[in-house]
Amino acid sequence: MNAESLIQAVRERFPQAVESSYAYRRDATIVVRRESLLPLAKALKEDPAFQMSFLIDLTAVDYSAFGKKPATAFFASSGVGVRPSMGIEAEEPWPGPPSARFAVVYHFLSLPLKQRLRVEVLVSEESPEVDSLTPLWGAANWLEREVWDMFGIRFQGHPDLKRILMYEEFEGHPLRKDYPVKKRQPLIGPVN
Amino acid sequence: MTEARTNNLETREMLLNVGPAHPAMHGIIRIVTKLDGEQIVDCEVEIGYLHRGFEKMSETVDYNGVMPYTDRLNYVSPLINNMGYCMAVEKSLGITVPDRCHYIRVIMSEISRITDHLTCIGAGAMELGAFTVFLYMIKAREFLWELIEMVTGARLTISYGRVGGVKADLPEGFEEKCRNALEETRKVLGECDGLLTRNRIFVDRMSGTGKISAEDAVSYGITGPFLRGCGVDYDVRKDFPYAVYDRLDFDVPVGTRGDNLDRYLVRMEEMRQSIRMIEQALRDIPPGPFQAHPETGRAIPAAEMVDLAKMGNIVQIEGARAVADPTLDGASEREHPSIAADEKRVFLPPKEDTYGNIEGLMNHFKLVMYGHGVRPPKGEAYFPVEGANGELGFYVVNDGGNLPYRVRVRSPCFAILSALPKLLIGGMMADVVPTFGSVNMIGGELDR
Repeated sequence: MNAESLIQAVRERFPQAVESSYAYRRDATIVVRRESLLPLAKALKEDPAFQMSFLIDLTAVDYSAFGKKPATAFFASSGVGVRPSMGIEAEEPWPGPPSARFAVVYHFLSLPLKQRLRVEVLVSEESPEVDSLTPLWGAANWLEREVWDMFGIRFQGHPDLKRILMYEEFEGHPLRKDYPVKKRQPLIGPVN
Repeated sequence: MTEARTNNLETREMLLNVGPAHPAMHGIIRIVTKLDGEQIVDCEVEIGYLHRGFEKMSETVDYNGVMPYTDRLNYVSPLINNMGYCMAVEKSLGITVPDRCHYIRVIMSEISRITDHLTCIGAGAMELGAFTVFLYMIKAREFLWELIEMVTGARLTISYGRVGGVKADLPEGFEEKCRNALEETRKVLGECDGLLTRNRIFVDRMSGTGKISAEDAVSYGITGPFLRGCGVDYDVRKDFPYAVYDRLDFDVPVGTRGDNLDRYLVRMEEMRQSIRMIEQALRDIPPGPFQAHPETGRAIPAAEMVDLAKMGNIVQIEGARAVADPTLDGASEREHPSIAADEKRVFLPPKEDTYGNIEGLMNHFKLVMYGHGVRPPKGEAYFPVEGANGELGFYVVNDGGNLPYRVRVRSPCFAILSALPKLLIGGMMADVVPTFGSVNMIGGELDR
């Protein structure tokens, strides 16, 4: 089954849940409504038509700075702008970027059917919350903690949502685009 | 224990902190265990001690600039990281590399996989007291690292991959040296097999400890030798073949019990399969310029060649090849078509063109100047490769600029470590050592 027919199958099974879908570079991607993530994931895992037994990866992307970097470089001495080369254009256009600030990205894998599916849930800046997948996959536990740590997206129903790579006293969420790369924070050890 | 005895004795649970820096730990990680006697009743794993912000730093450098950072992910098999990242960016660019380049990538990845497994088994055996095995395996690893040094110029932080190709072609005499190194490795594997596989002490410590069921392993997203030790037949090289793995003949070893011993056996067999794969790849690799012109492969240092020419010995040096600067070796005009994708907007031109004509010079600067460089179209791509510890995936988002918008690594260690409490709880304190050894935690990959 190729990417298009997999998308078709998911769309037919969940006509209400899927907001949009696309196949780009042979990767099947569906964007689902936030409230239907948990039932959809459960069905993907248990339905014999999908058998997505692996939650391979769970991450997020902060789209707030997408395409906003100036595309022109300057000669430092003269200030003359130099137009960069056109770059490589894709044959099939990518429909993104999404309208919301964050996209939580899930990569599922079905071993018997040899299929991969990317599921995205769009999350707004005002209420960064998604349902947790910990009841379905053990892998979701740490991965969701990492997304909370790095992006500040909360997962409802997570048993122990705390930081994982950074320390508890760390302020801010480093992979958000508004977190400066060079910002320094004091490393606070455990208080005895 | 009878009830009367439990009532008389005062028993308490004890908290024992293992790590972050502990002699029996491969990396910096903290395991807080709750002990009842010698039995672990609860445990919590704390990671993040080696977090260097790989994903954040990747957003600040151009596409080829990420390469040195990927070296430092799984630093025992950095070549696989290089290849995985390159192939993810190539997927989003929509380009393919020449066949010879694919074969070079496969050969180097498999050499790396062997070094990784050697380190894992050697260190794990050493912690159980088998110091000889460790020394033997490090000896074999040394042969392989010499090979890697010969090809890439470095041993550990190799930065050999390039988006759209590799840094340089295989050097002269590589094939012979590679076959010798593989022969030595095979000998060492035989020796270590004899020392460990039927060793009563080793088997007693490994068998039945650190057990996990196939369902749990799948639920935790465990992949690689660890998952195959549980009996699940999943190998990215077989199930989602990339590069030229579909043209090679190899078997995927699978265990049955999911304990430390099965993981050890799977790793041992995988090394033998990797040797098989490299031998096939050496046989099938399309000829590069070195094999095509064996007699003109005579190399003379460039300065010496100039001296000869000054004295008029032009006939002597006709058809001879000058040895270029070692950093440029293997990437000159002759080798360029077989190691780089045919795409000027991605791969640097050969140095002869850069220094020799204006088009080459402009092409070079269009790729290295600030704000220019490789510019994939807007989009996202996920590319998985089989790392030494399991599925190593790179998820790259591009916004049409010259810097990656987001680079995400799906690290195999992370999934395995998240299941560590499951492996340890219920076991004995002494079993932490073999179990943790078979997990093969690599701090750089785990914390990124």
